[in-house]
Amino acid sequence: MRFPIWVRPVLFILALLALWQIAIDLHPGQLLPGPIAVFAATGELLQHGLLLKHVVASLFRVTWGFVLASITAIPLGLILGWYRRGEWAFNPLVQVFRPISPLAWIPIAILWFGIGDLSSIFLIFVGSFFPLLLTAMSAVQNIPAVYINAGSNFGLSSSDFVARVIYPAVAPRLLVGMRITLGIAWLVVVAAEMIAVNSGLGFLIVDARNAGNRYDLVVAGMLIIGIIGLLLDLGMRSIGRIKYFQWGD
Amino acid sequence: MSLPHTVIAASAAKPKLQVTGLSVVYQSNGKPLAAVEDINLEISDGEFVCLVGPSGCGKSTLMNAMGGFLSPSRGSVAIDGETVSGPDRRRILVFQEYAVFPWLTVEGNIGFGLSKLPREEREQRIAHYVELVRLQGFEHAYPSDLSGGMKQRLQVARALAVNPDVLFLDEPFGALDSITRVLMRAELLRIWQAERRTIVFVTHETDEAVQLADRVVVLSSRPARIQDILTIDIPHPRNISSPRYLALRDELLKMIGLAYEI
Repeated sequence: MRFPIWVRPVLFILALLALWQIAIDLHPGQLLPGPIAVFAATGELLQHGLLLKHVVASLFRVTWGFVLASITAIPLGLILGWYRRGEWAFNPLVQVFRPISPLAWIPIAILWFGIGDLSSIFLIFVGSFFPLLLTAMSAVQNIPAVYINAGSNFGLSSSDFVARVIYPAVAPRLLVGMRITLGIAWLVVVAAEMIAVNSGLGFLIVDARNAGNRYDLVVAGMLIIGIIGLLLDLGMRSIGRIKYFQWGD
Repeated sequence: MSLPHTVIAASAAKPKLQVTGLSVVYQSNGKPLAAVEDINLEISDGEFVCLVGPSGCGKSTLMNAMGGFLSPSRGSVAIDGETVSGPDRRRILVFQEYAVFPWLTVEGNIGFGLSKLPREEREQRIAHYVELVRLQGFEHAYPSDLSGGMKQRLQVARALAVNPDVLFLDEPFGALDSITRVLMRAELLRIWQAERRTIVFVTHETDEAVQLADRVVVLSSRPARIQDILTIDIPHPRNISSPRYLALRDELLKMIGLAYEI
């Protein structure tokens, strides 16, 4: 008998959930809440409208941090990649800053911006800036010379040349870099919210533990973070499926 | 349709393209390396000239200098009496690699150099060149959906659409299989006869040169100097098993210094 393609993963997940519940029932204890408790906790969050509030708070910070990083890092990266001397000047600096985890910036963020949205936006910005900068630099350096030669043949002004040759030539790579970076931003926001603010999914998790060891809420929060991260990635992938961006594959 | 089909009568004694004492010297590991040396050449309007020479001899370098993509170390190039000093849409280079833009459709590629024209005229021109290179039905296709030969026809169409004075083709069919290559030669001749542009064509295939050119310029190995110029006085369409064709081909092989037998 043939099943539609989605049946197998769904059955597999259901089987795992059942195993999880059975294991919890056999060994009741404090190690992990079972799936039924987690679903109940998710329902509780939904009922009080808390879930929506925390999700919106997290998405708000990610959007601002990611957008600010994109509009600064991508143009800068394109310029540095195009002018080799720029790269030589900036590269050592970039290489030193890049391996610093965005979380190491938390004390500085709090010192500069206090507790609140601004510090977590700053942390997301820092976490997104360097990956985007490097993506843009390598994208522009990897434009096949033949497109540049062909483009320069038609006597375009510099701004036309950027808009009609350079930008479309780097777009597929940029999009892949942005997709990966958005994943990083989503990782960073949760961590930032555990320390620097009092709303958002990261705060929800820490708060659920502090306010009475509600581990059912903790796991519910984790699952929601996973699902939203997946949706963000699917969203970026669907942009990449537009024909205009697809030639790079 | 207002396309400048008019063939300018070969009355003007002035050449379309004039190369005078052209030399190109590269710096290689701090030492000067001559790629092209003292080239003098005149090409008249509407003429089809092939540059032939051993691989690595500097024929592409010579063509790049003629087109203004590379500045000469000595000497000069003039088109219609005007000195060539950089790339310009009046002289378009067609590359061996598939240089059509993969993010644009066939129409978008042909219209690439036409953005300043009014919409209606641009669309007319695009339609004209789609038809000329026989890509009807593929107007909205992307290059990834085209075969190698179609991509090169598209590249030629994109070049012709901006109405260049001179078309430079750098081994444009080199990456194609041998059957497609023969078909593409016939297509190029048909297009050239329809539009009568001045064409400079780099190749290392003697047959290709004898089939296409009015004159074949034979270059020596590096640094490239003009060794001989062979006029191909056979009208088109050329019978490639006629005695005259074979004689000219043998003559060309002899100039290049190749034996008759393998």
